[in-house]
Amino acid sequence: MPKKSRSNAIRLTRRSFAAGAAAFVAGVASFNIVRAQGGPLKVGVLLPRSGLQAGIGQSCQLGVDIAPAILKSLGLPDLAIMNADTESNVDTARARAEKAIGDGAQLLIGAFDSGQTTAIAQVAEQKGVPLVINIAAAPAITEQGYKFVFRNFPTAPMILGDAFAAQKEIFAITGAAPKTVVFMHVNDTYGTAMAKGIGAIMPKFDLPYTIAEEIAYDPAARDLSVEVAKAKATNADALLVVSRLNDAMLLTRELVKQRWTPQGVFSMGPGWYEDQYIKTLGKLSDGPISLSPWYDPHKKLTPVVEAVLAKAAPDVNLNTNHIFTFEALLVAADAYKRAGSTEPTALANAIRSTNITDNVSIGPGIQFDAKGQNDKVKGGAFQNRGGKLVTLAPTEAANGKPEWPMPSYQGRG
Amino acid sequence: MASRNGRCRPTRAAVKSVVSFDVYLNVAVGGVLTGLVYGLMALGLSVIFGVVRVVNFAHGEMMTIAMFIAVVLCTGFHLDPLILLVPIAAVLFVFGYVLQRGLINLFVTRPEHSQFLLLVSLALIITNALLIIFGPDARSVQTAYGYESFEIGPMIVDAAKVYAGAAAVVVTAMLFAFFRFTLAGKAIRACADNHTGALVVGLDVKRLYALTFGIGTACVGAAGTMLVLLIDATPMLGPSYTLLAFVIVITGGLGSMPGALLGGVLIGVTEALAGLLFTPSIKSMFAFGILVLVLLFRPQGLLGRTLA
Repeated sequence: MPKKSRSNAIRLTRRSFAAGAAAFVAGVASFNIVRAQGGPLKVGVLLPRSGLQAGIGQSCQLGVDIAPAILKSLGLPDLAIMNADTESNVDTARARAEKAIGDGAQLLIGAFDSGQTTAIAQVAEQKGVPLVINIAAAPAITEQGYKFVFRNFPTAPMILGDAFAAQKEIFAITGAAPKTVVFMHVNDTYGTAMAKGIGAIMPKFDLPYTIAEEIAYDPAARDLSVEVAKAKATNADALLVVSRLNDAMLLTRELVKQRWTPQGVFSMGPGWYEDQYIKTLGKLSDGPISLSPWYDPHKKLTPVVEAVLAKAAPDVNLNTNHIFTFEALLVAADAYKRAGSTEPTALANAIRSTNITDNVSIGPGIQFDAKGQNDKVKGGAFQNRGGKLVTLAPTEAANGKPEWPMPSYQGRG
Repeated sequence: MASRNGRCRPTRAAVKSVVSFDVYLNVAVGGVLTGLVYGLMALGLSVIFGVVRVVNFAHGEMMTIAMFIAVVLCTGFHLDPLILLVPIAAVLFVFGYVLQRGLINLFVTRPEHSQFLLLVSLALIITNALLIIFGPDARSVQTAYGYESFEIGPMIVDAAKVYAGAAAVVVTAMLFAFFRFTLAGKAIRACADNHTGALVVGLDVKRLYALTFGIGTACVGAAGTMLVLLIDATPMLGPSYTLLAFVIVITGGLGSMPGALLGGVLIGVTEALAGLLFTPSIKSMFAFGILVLVLLFRPQGLLGRTLA
């Protein structure tokens, strides 16, 4: 067999193979970039969709569900949502954040709980992927000097300051106020941060009451009878609570069973205004006043959001979870439009220069300070009344008057 | 401390109120009633160990099975958990009987670590099966007396706890009567006292073991059915209640039926009063504190017999 000359054979040297491979990779990569710029922004939405906080996580999900229609009406680009479940667990939240980024998420949103959000923020910063926090109040999250973490939600001290200011407005309107309160709080990251904040902030407000007793309880508690018995024994006029959804329902059940209706229940956290709370407890859900980040019923975008929510989930009241999860997506879409790129630094810079005035939450709008915190967002006060939520304070956002003292649990049929 | 305008200063200075005796009584009664249900749950563990000499590490998980059956039947057919008590206990009895005859019996003579691994594996299978079927979220039952309470003098007692506690007492009394007055009960006790002797006199020990395991799981089934009146059911409840059952039976005396009930009440009352006297978030610490004390000073448990 004649030997084929080397010069006539297809000459595939190592060098030409490497050059060809490099050209192929470069071609594919540039194609990907072009596709990413033209396509929707991939947003990993991390929420506690199961576990202890499942109810609230699913409520936050409604904020995601209503977003596409509203963003479209505002002329903002589409977002490709990648849902992930933190299972109400800090370690799972961290793992899901890593997985979401590994799966191509170009921006993260989440995660309702301060502990879980802290873990996600560490991952986002490490990987250089922007995180827009929907709900989480622990101040430390935006005190770490992170460059990729942004929060459109007040910190615990901000919530407390607004809560005390709103209480004073309510007392001024009703002409009545409690002399003592018992403070019950869940013993998790958020509850502890709020408890510490009360010690630091409350003295700055000339409030008419003192705290008769502070009662901390386990977030996984399945029976709060002892806690409520202890609270009742203080003979306090009102109840001040920082809770979640499950414990808010447990506390209400125990208040009914132990036949104690305080003059009022002030909640400085989630739980008492949630749709599941209202549906599960029916008439027994009426009365509590929540002091929490809230929406301004008079803002232009509010009726739009309410209309889309009514279509997506009839009989569900617009609440904090929907508003701030939607607004996190609003920030993401707005930044993507201005950045014109999915490149993380460009996106982060665009988020940092956000200036949205056409929003839903109380306050002048959405802007971030050097730490990535929206320091303009404000809290409000609202009361459960007949299955609806009536905004009481601040005055500029109010659409009803407070009912004080709250009606007795015993006479509700 | 009064401010210039005569109002109290807005400080966290505790205006510690003196907790009246009524409150202690209320909390203690609540603890006793919850403890009775705990006791019945632990009784199943004690019965199984006392006779079969197998420690049921899937005890809490079996209780969650009963809780989910109760939740499904209560929500689907609007039945009261108290009505479902006997049927669910019967279902769990059959489950326990078949499980012992088909699987656990093969491990009775094997080393303890084999038994441990078998039952821990079973616990994991149950938990994951419940997670697959029902998901991780808490589920509760709605009853007509869910928000009711009884006013007895200065006391206000939760109606659901009263019914659950009373049912626990009735089931326990029936169990005591079974072991004391029936032939099968006496045969089981004979098996527990002297295994070889029971074989010599011709007792069908394998059947009696299965019967005992069935009775133990029926106890935990009854306890689970009543517990849905007090707490929400989640698939992940199992391990914490297995641990609680161990604390109770070790405190009361492993293998002692009255000891299990006493241990349950003791743990229930201790947790409740510790929550009232100190801070609620550390109440389970006291239950484990009692366990440590018992292990130190009376290792056989309060009503347990000293091992020869």
